[in-house]
Amino acid sequence: MLMQTAVSERQKGDELVTLVGAGIRRNSRWLVRGVDLSIHRGEIVTLIGPNGAGKSTTAKMAIGVLRADEGKVNRKPGLKIGYVPQKLAIDWTMPLSVRRLMRLTGKLDDGALMAALTDVGIPHLVDAEVRHLSGGEFQRALLARAIARNPDLLVLDEPVQGVDFAGESALYELIRTIRNKTGCGILLISHDLHMVMADTDTVICLNGHVCCRGTPEAVSRSDDYRRLFGNVGAGLAVYSHHHDHTHLPDGRVQHKDGSVTDHCHPDDGHHHDGHDHKHDHYGHHDHSHAHVEETSNNPVHAHDGNHTSHQGHVDGEIGKNSHAHDDHAHAVGEGHRHA
Amino acid sequence: MRMTTMLMRSGRDIAMLDDFFFRALLAGIGLALTTGPLGCFVVWRRMAYFGDTIAHSALLGVALSLMLEINLLVSVFAVAVAVSLLLLLLQKRQALSADALLGILSHSTLAIGLVLVAFMSWVRIDLIAFLFGDILAVTPADIALIWGGGLFVLAALVVLWRPLIASTVSADIAEAEGLKPERARLLFMLLMALVIAIAMKIVGIMLITALLIIPAATARRFSSAPEGMAVLSSLIGVIAVVGGLFGSLTYDTPSGPSIVVAALVLFILSLLPGRAKNLARDGTSSGGRS
Repeated sequence: MLMQTAVSERQKGDELVTLVGAGIRRNSRWLVRGVDLSIHRGEIVTLIGPNGAGKSTTAKMAIGVLRADEGKVNRKPGLKIGYVPQKLAIDWTMPLSVRRLMRLTGKLDDGALMAALTDVGIPHLVDAEVRHLSGGEFQRALLARAIARNPDLLVLDEPVQGVDFAGESALYELIRTIRNKTGCGILLISHDLHMVMADTDTVICLNGHVCCRGTPEAVSRSDDYRRLFGNVGAGLAVYSHHHDHTHLPDGRVQHKDGSVTDHCHPDDGHHHDGHDHKHDHYGHHDHSHAHVEETSNNPVHAHDGNHTSHQGHVDGEIGKNSHAHDDHAHAVGEGHRHA
Repeated sequence: MRMTTMLMRSGRDIAMLDDFFFRALLAGIGLALTTGPLGCFVVWRRMAYFGDTIAHSALLGVALSLMLEINLLVSVFAVAVAVSLLLLLLQKRQALSADALLGILSHSTLAIGLVLVAFMSWVRIDLIAFLFGDILAVTPADIALIWGGGLFVLAALVVLWRPLIASTVSADIAEAEGLKPERARLLFMLLMALVIAIAMKIVGIMLITALLIIPAATARRFSSAPEGMAVLSSLIGVIAVVGGLFGSLTYDTPSGPSIVVAALVLFILSLLPGRAKNLARDGTSSGGRS
């Protein structure tokens, strides 16, 4: 059910970057410590964690922007990195077109340049000035720049920030395509705990140290994760689509607290009877990816507040957003997970 | 000399034009060509105050040169480099903001220079010439130095161009993608120290930064790429030098300040048409979630 084929297909020993017990200290405070992680060719590793958990610091350590104060960081010799930083403030006194930005750190022919911009959906902005781009457009330009380098390791620090809702899943799809096409390793940082990329092989949950790790499903189930982010069972429902209830053979439903009802949450008004996982709520279409996007757009409130009884279940508000994505059926394609 | 004669022929007021004036023009043009691209980086990297600090420290270099009887240029360059390194060191400790550190270094080096000069009662120096420049007194050797040093600086900028631009946009990206921004930054500081040491005689300690910043700021509005802006600020600097020197000759005003005033006039002219275009969107581009 989980996308673990990439992991098993991956050749062990083809490591791009390895961190062993790595840590960074600033002003006698450890920003992050004892990080063990490695990224292999063709692998997608996602770092999640609360603010100040050391996600960006860990990424910078992995790519050599910061030098580890303890532990070891090994990078494959000649490793070509494409980096999208979390923050970038360009002084507007520098005239910089998207075209020029694409050639920031290396030569690039026009064909590859336009191909990358087309991939991220902004070919029309090639001659726009960077300072006139919106946050989402700028983010796309940065992503295009990083992928156009054709790197061995792509490091994306919150690559979809500011990107509109529909674009977000398209970009995640693009990231997956790049991985599949080029076989590069990808280190992804996500502040959005509920939206971890579908094809992540390994999720590493940071909180000043590695708090837990594993497949997305394993992490979302782990006690450490729940302790860190509160018991938001829906956290990584993207992949696993946890349910807090089981369907009994006779059609009734057993809930987490042990109670048994005839239906799933019959009083919440969102549920269809039988819960057959076809998710045809409110007549919207394109259910194939609705779960994923819904989770990404309604980070916490939909799950840990009013809907505590829905933990692990994201059906609640799908209807609100699905209309925006009817034309993006290709976006994530998670349908098989619920079948 | 051939160039001098050519300029002479093109001059309208040949009777008034003496050799010293052409030396001044040559020196000024050579300097402006160099400060253009360098000044762009000063503007992009927000290093105006840094430039000021290095310039002010030049007076300490002058004082040390007189005291230790060493070459003026070497002394000024050495002090400028020492101050740059000291600044880097202090910044790493992060006890004070870069702003405050620059303020301390800037004025204390200037003050120490002035005090040292006062102590040396046996030396008579023309302080005004150092503070505000004496371009009309440049010798052929000075001109050779300005053009030689200037070409060296420009060549170094060409070599360092990509790392410098990349690290100006994002030091992190430059570092991650193997362009060694730290090294580029250090070399840039050395180039700046060199240019300031060379420029001191032309426009003086107090006005060097103006020649770095004003032409670059003027060029901004007419540029769509960093490379174009660098070339354009060189040209604008040349116009300012020529205009300033002719103005100085016509109105009998001090040459260094006249050049700066000419640069300022060009800057103001550049602001006049379509001013709203720049005001419409003058924030920095950042990737924040909106």
